[in-house]
This record gives sequence, structure tokens and C-alpha cells, in this order.
Amino acid sequence: MTLSPRAGLADGRLECAIPDHKPLLTETQAVSEANRCLYCHDAPCIQACPTGINIPEFIRRIATGNVAGSAETILEANILGHSCASVCPVEVLCAGSCVYNEMEQPAIQIGRLQRYATTHAYDAGMRFFTKGAPTGRKIALVGAGPASLACAHELTRLGHEAIIYEGRELAGGLNTTGVAPYKLQAGESLREVAYVQAIGFTIRNGVHVGRDVTFADLERDHDAVFLGIGLGPDSRLSMPGEDLEGCEGAVAFIERMKNDPACSVAGIRRALVVGGGNTAIDAVRELRALGVPEVTMVYRRGEAEMSGYAHELAQALQEGVKVRYWSAPLAVTGEDRVTGLQVAPTRVDAEGRLVIDETQTSMLPADLVLKATGQEKLAAMVAGIAGIAVDKGRIRVDAATGQTGHPRYFAGGDCANGGKEVVNAAAEGKRAAQGIHALLTTQAGTAPAAAR
Amino acid sequence: MADLSVNFAGITAPNPFWLASAPPTNTGAQIMRAYDHGWGGAVWKTLGTPIRNVSARFAANDWGGQKMMGLNNIELITDRPLDVNYREIEEVTRKYPDRATIVSLMFETEDEWKENIERSIEAGAKGLELNFGCPHGMCERGMGSAVGQEPKILERITNWVMRTSTIPVIVKLTPNISEIVPPAMAAQHGGAHAVSLINTIKSLMAVDLDTMIPVPNVGGASTNGGYCGPAVKPIALRMVGELARHEEFNLPISGIGGISTWRDAAEFIALGCTSVQVCTAVMHHGFRIVEDMADGLSRFMDEKGYRTIEDFAGLASRNFRPWEDLNLNFKVVAQINADKCIGCQLCFVACRDGSHHCIYLPGDGTGKAPDDGGRVPHVAADECTGCNLCSLVCPVESCIEMVEIDRGLPEVSWKQFTSGQATLPEYVWKH
Repeated sequence: MTLSPRAGLADGRLECAIPDHKPLLTETQAVSEANRCLYCHDAPCIQACPTGINIPEFIRRIATGNVAGSAETILEANILGHSCASVCPVEVLCAGSCVYNEMEQPAIQIGRLQRYATTHAYDAGMRFFTKGAPTGRKIALVGAGPASLACAHELTRLGHEAIIYEGRELAGGLNTTGVAPYKLQAGESLREVAYVQAIGFTIRNGVHVGRDVTFADLERDHDAVFLGIGLGPDSRLSMPGEDLEGCEGAVAFIERMKNDPACSVAGIRRALVVGGGNTAIDAVRELRALGVPEVTMVYRRGEAEMSGYAHELAQALQEGVKVRYWSAPLAVTGEDRVTGLQVAPTRVDAEGRLVIDETQTSMLPADLVLKATGQEKLAAMVAGIAGIAVDKGRIRVDAATGQTGHPRYFAGGDCANGGKEVVNAAAEGKRAAQGIHALLTTQAGTAPAAAR
Repeated sequence: MADLSVNFAGITAPNPFWLASAPPTNTGAQIMRAYDHGWGGAVWKTLGTPIRNVSARFAANDWGGQKMMGLNNIELITDRPLDVNYREIEEVTRKYPDRATIVSLMFETEDEWKENIERSIEAGAKGLELNFGCPHGMCERGMGSAVGQEPKILERITNWVMRTSTIPVIVKLTPNISEIVPPAMAAQHGGAHAVSLINTIKSLMAVDLDTMIPVPNVGGASTNGGYCGPAVKPIALRMVGELARHEEFNLPISGIGGISTWRDAAEFIALGCTSVQVCTAVMHHGFRIVEDMADGLSRFMDEKGYRTIEDFAGLASRNFRPWEDLNLNFKVVAQINADKCIGCQLCFVACRDGSHHCIYLPGDGTGKAPDDGGRVPHVAADECTGCNLCSLVCPVESCIEMVEIDRGLPEVSWKQFTSGQATLPEYVWKH
């Protein structure tokens, strides 16, 4: 099949205006960087990678000119290695554990080398994996994000028939709808989806499980079900004015910015983003990159309490983002549309609880307010399925197999881990595929769904 | 301030840094530019009966992302008319009377040698270098290394030269032989005033795997050439050292082979050279490199208290010995400095797979390394053979040190042991 980098996406989307922060390395740059790698024994970078990519090995293969072998090393461990190369927070994963840090020398640029290798393989149309001998088993996967893609790919290699059900028209999950455009744009995510899918599994777009098809239907027609449903919509702040035009969830806004050509920031001069996590940091950086002159994060606590990555925040500050710490939003103001956000100072009391002083409010003028205070959990969607346990919004799974409390249901990715990285989803999806395979191959007495 | 000037077999120069006979010394213009940068001498690109060159001529060996660790050359001797060369030699020697301008010669008949020695002297050459080393193109015609590989012929031609020459004569030796002493002794017996070594090593640089043509590609084929550059330095040092320590050999030595820095030069001098010749480093970086070579060597000599080159020339030569003279009772073991260790464990894997397996890891089940959950490898000192490999692969400066263990044993060499002059403690085999 042809791998169109822009399949299914309209031109003129806002994200296209945002340049790549870490462009593809040239051959000279890649070989030079690869030659810096010490090729550690039992390397800390491998241990830091949730998918356990043999990093020194793939880097050495770049250095020797065996780029195809390099790409296979990456993709064998992590079929989503192409997007992970660009979206992984390498600073806290592989590169963060590089022994060069111990020498106070720059860590190897592992992500960029990985992207160099996988891009080479994609551009040359190299394929490394094939469908396994058919087992006659059929697995439904709910949601077409990284977890399901990794799971479906592994299941297909093992000879099972995998069918992904995805409510959206575009597959790829957050790689397509949520990742910061300076890391990965939607077109590249769809290119990866096409590459992964080419092994031979099905994605049924526009099918909402629970609406267009029920879990009972899935159970009837399949031998196992994998839940890769991710997280739900942006959390609400439950405050006055929240539904005014110009006030929106950050995840929803980012999806429009990446996928919808109608999304625009024309006329936005002052934007506020409420929250202190990575979505909030992504949103402020993206707004700055789109040319919004004044962008401010509003966070209820101090810098030390922020859950967003320090290296991302540092970059945001360098790009001119302002941060207003110890400020709690009280109300979104405006008549037809947003004109500002009323905030109150906060502090932590002796017991460590957050105290909001509503007597000293101030008004922050704004044309756009984005809420980035978390996402709803979708676990409720599966709460009715017998045996599936939900813990703090996360589907509880067996760590080794991804199996839920219902033996034929497996889960991975954000819906099971509460919201981690693409690389975690990829690892969990693959692990669940192996769990499903083990279940189906030891379940000798149970007839395949196809025969029932 | 150290005095860098040298008197090499009667050839004087402001410093020991000379350009080797090679592409950088092809023309008077190049040599004069080199002299302006500070080179103390230059050996003119070999004069001979006119030849034709091919295109392309060079190929390089890159390594670990670094360019030109080694260079391979299939260019021959000068392809310019002799008259032009002699005119330019005359200009250079007139304008730079204090520099060691030496003419390299390679001819076939005694008459040709005689005529060109006389013309060189007439042009003001301070010395002659006899090219008995070129390993490509000329040797097939009975010259270059074909002479250097046959001590008798080498001696005979040296004799011819000595009959005519009134200036110092240096014989340039080829490394493409099994023993360096016989040709060097032949040069001495032939009456030469000095030797220079090494010429390039006969080599084939690489194969282009797309075209299946070795490099450099000359119209669909290639040929063997002469290997030079940093990669050949250890080979040159060994040959220089072997001559310098030889009791019967007593000519001055001009060291050649991968010299790129003042440190390289100082090592050749320490082994007994009193001038050094440079080519590949200039082909890579230009004549300007001599500025740091002179400055660095001068500072090194000041720091060590050497006033002249002679003060330290040959100091290392006495410590370069045959294996049978080494002390078998000397013992070092590796010691890893945990504070400096970055945990790459390259020492572990090198020792396990590449040497004697006496390094252990925390939690490896042997109980030999303290199981502290860290990544710092542990050397089992009683198993360590003191091979050095771990300290060689360690990327951290002075993290692994080889520490001497004093076992209170006398110095005993293999020669002493096998001749019954001394005994050794019983050998304990650990692995």
C-alpha cells in the first residue's frame, strides 16, 4: 500500500504553521552523533525505555551504515518507534539515563537518531514483519490509539485477526489529535498508522463502541477484547462562564488546531491556560508558536508542585510564556465571548491543604481561556462489564499480561495507566497482545468465536 | 626557552620539523609558504626521469567519525620537468638559506644518479635523500622499495651516490620488509650519513561495495598504494626504536610515520630521532600545524628541563627492549575509581569477552562485587592479570588505574629464567 503522509487530513490546519523543533538529522549529523555513543554494556538507556529498545545496538548500526538493521532493531521492540522517536520525553527516559550525564557531557540524542533510522525505513518502504500463520482467532480492539495499534500489530504477527473499532474518522489517538506539532504532526502520525496497519489488520473508523456496537456484540464475535480507550474529554472547572465562546478544554482545542482547518487564533492577543501539567505546557508553547503575543499559564500552586516536565517548562519560558503561580481561577468573564478570568491568590496551610483567598481577587484580561486541569476518565464506559475493576478511573489490569478482571478483556494505555506516554501505551499494547496470545493458545477447550 | 635547532648529519635547521618528500613538497611555492609558517626543512618531492600520474590518486581510512586516520597514495614521483624543479630548488635555497632543503632522488643508472646529484648540489641542496622506499608504481620498474628491499642493491646504489655527493646523504627506508636492520646496515655500509624511515606501507585502502572497485577508483580499477597517516605511527615507532637500540647501527635517524603533533614528534625524538618528517597531517590541515608543533615541543622541553633536542633524543630507546628482557615479576592490577565511574560497564564486557574475565558486576550472582544496586564494576584483584584492557576502553579520564603490586620479588626476565640464572614463583592459573 502507499503511505501517504497526509492521508485524511485537510490542508491549512494551524499545526502546519509550527516548525519542527528537532528536524531530521542529516546522514553526517546522525553518523557523527552515533559515533559518540559509548555502546554501554547492559545500557541504562535500554532499562529506561518502557519498550526496552536495544538503543546502543540501533545506534551502532547507524554508525556502521546499516540503517535498515537499525530501524528493525527499533521496530522489533516498539512498532511505534517512529512516533516515539519524536514524542518521547527522552530527557526523563533514555537520554536522561545516558552515562554521559554522569560526565557532565551532552547525552546522546537518542530520539533524533531513532527518528533518523525509522524515517529511512519509512521512506524506503522497508517492511520487517509479516502476518503469522492464521490461528482462526479474532480480537476486537477498542480505540485506535498507540496501545491498540501496538497490540493489533503484535496480534497479527502471532497469526490472530485483529479489528480495531475507532469512533473518530482518524486513527492514531493522541499522536494524531494531541501531540505538540513541533514534535509530531498529524500527517506523520497517520503515516505511522498506515505503516503499522500494513501488516494486515483492520481499523473500522467512525464506529463508537457502546453506541454503534455494544460490548456484548464484541464479546459474541471475538475471542478477546482489548480496551485502548484512552482518556475522556477535558475536565470541567465547574465555574461561571465556563461555556462562553473562547473558553475551551485544552485537549479539545489542540485536536482542532491539529486536525480542523477551521480552527484559528486570528485576533487572539491574550491567552490564558489553566493548569500545570504537560498538556498545559504544550498548549502555551503551541499558542506562542502560533504567534499569540501574550500567553500565560495560570496555576494554583508553585513551580515545585507542577506535574509538567521541567525541561518543557524551561523551553516554554524561553519562548516568552509567562506563568502565574499560586492563582486559582474563580470565574470566566465576558458577555458574548471570553474577556477575562477572575483569579484569587492561593497558599498552602499548615496541613498542606490549598487555601484560596477569595477576598483578594483580580481580573486577568484574555481573549482565550484553555482548561488543562486533566481529563475525564472513560473507565465508566466499561464499568458495566462483569469482572472489570476500575480504580481511581483506571481499568485495573494484571501487570504481566494486561488482563482485566474479566478473563477475555485486556487493557492498556492511558485508560489503564491513568495517562502516560505513547511509549508506555506501546509497551502495554504489545504486552497485552502476548497476554491474549497466551490465553488463546492455552484455552484449548474453547472454540474460536468464528466457530460459535 | 628551549633551543629547537638541529644539526642532523651535518644538515642544520632551526627546528626538527621537516616536510617529508610528498605532495606538499611538489613545488617551490609550497615549500616557501611552508617555510614562512616555520617549517625547519623540507625534502623535495622525489626527482627522477619523467613519469605520468593517474587520476584519482588518494584514498582515506575514516574511523569512528574521524576523517583520514590513514591515507593511501598512488601518486608517483615528480611529474614536472627536472629543469623546472632545479630552478625552483635554487630559488628556495637562495631565499631560505637557513632551512634544511633536501632533494629526494630516484634514478636507475649510475650516470643518471651522478648527473642529478651534481645538479642538486649546484641548486644549493643541503642534503640528498635517496628514495628507496616508494611501494607503488616505481618499484615495479626496479626503483623505490625494490631497492630498499634488497640490501645489496641498496648498498651498491648508496655507494654510487657517495662517490659523487659532497653533501650529506640520507637513505630513506621502506617498511615493506620483514626486518628493518639489514637495509639500515646496508645504508651504513654503503657510506650514507643518515637514514630516514618509514616510507609508506604497501596497502589497499578499501573496496567500494557498490561498484566492487577498490579505491581510489582509476577508471574502473585500482592498485596498491602507500599507507601513511596517524594509523601507521606505531609501526614507524617500532622500526625507529629497533634501529636506535641496535648496537652496530650508529647513523642519525629522521623519523617519519603519522607524525601530526608535537607529542608525536617528541616520541620519535625520545626513541632516537634528531629530525622528524611530516606529510599526511599537512595534507589534512595545511602548513599551519607547524606553529603548534614548535610551540608545544618548546614548552614541553622547558617543562622537562631539556635545553636542546639532543638532551632528550634517545632517552626512551634504552627502555625499548626485547620481550625476553622484561621483568616477569612485575605486577599491576586494575583499580576502578567508583567516584569517577559513569557505569557504562565497557570494562566489564571487554574483560569478560576480550580478556581474562576478572571484573564482576553488582548482583551478578558471583558475590565478588559488592551488591549495592549500583553499576560500578568490581575488579577481583587476585584474578586480575594486569592486562590494561579495561583502562584502555574506559571513556573516563583516570577512572581505571593500573596499580603496581609489590610482591617483594626480584627482577627476573624470561632470558634469565630459561638460562637458569634465576627462578620464578610457581605459576598459579586462575581461569
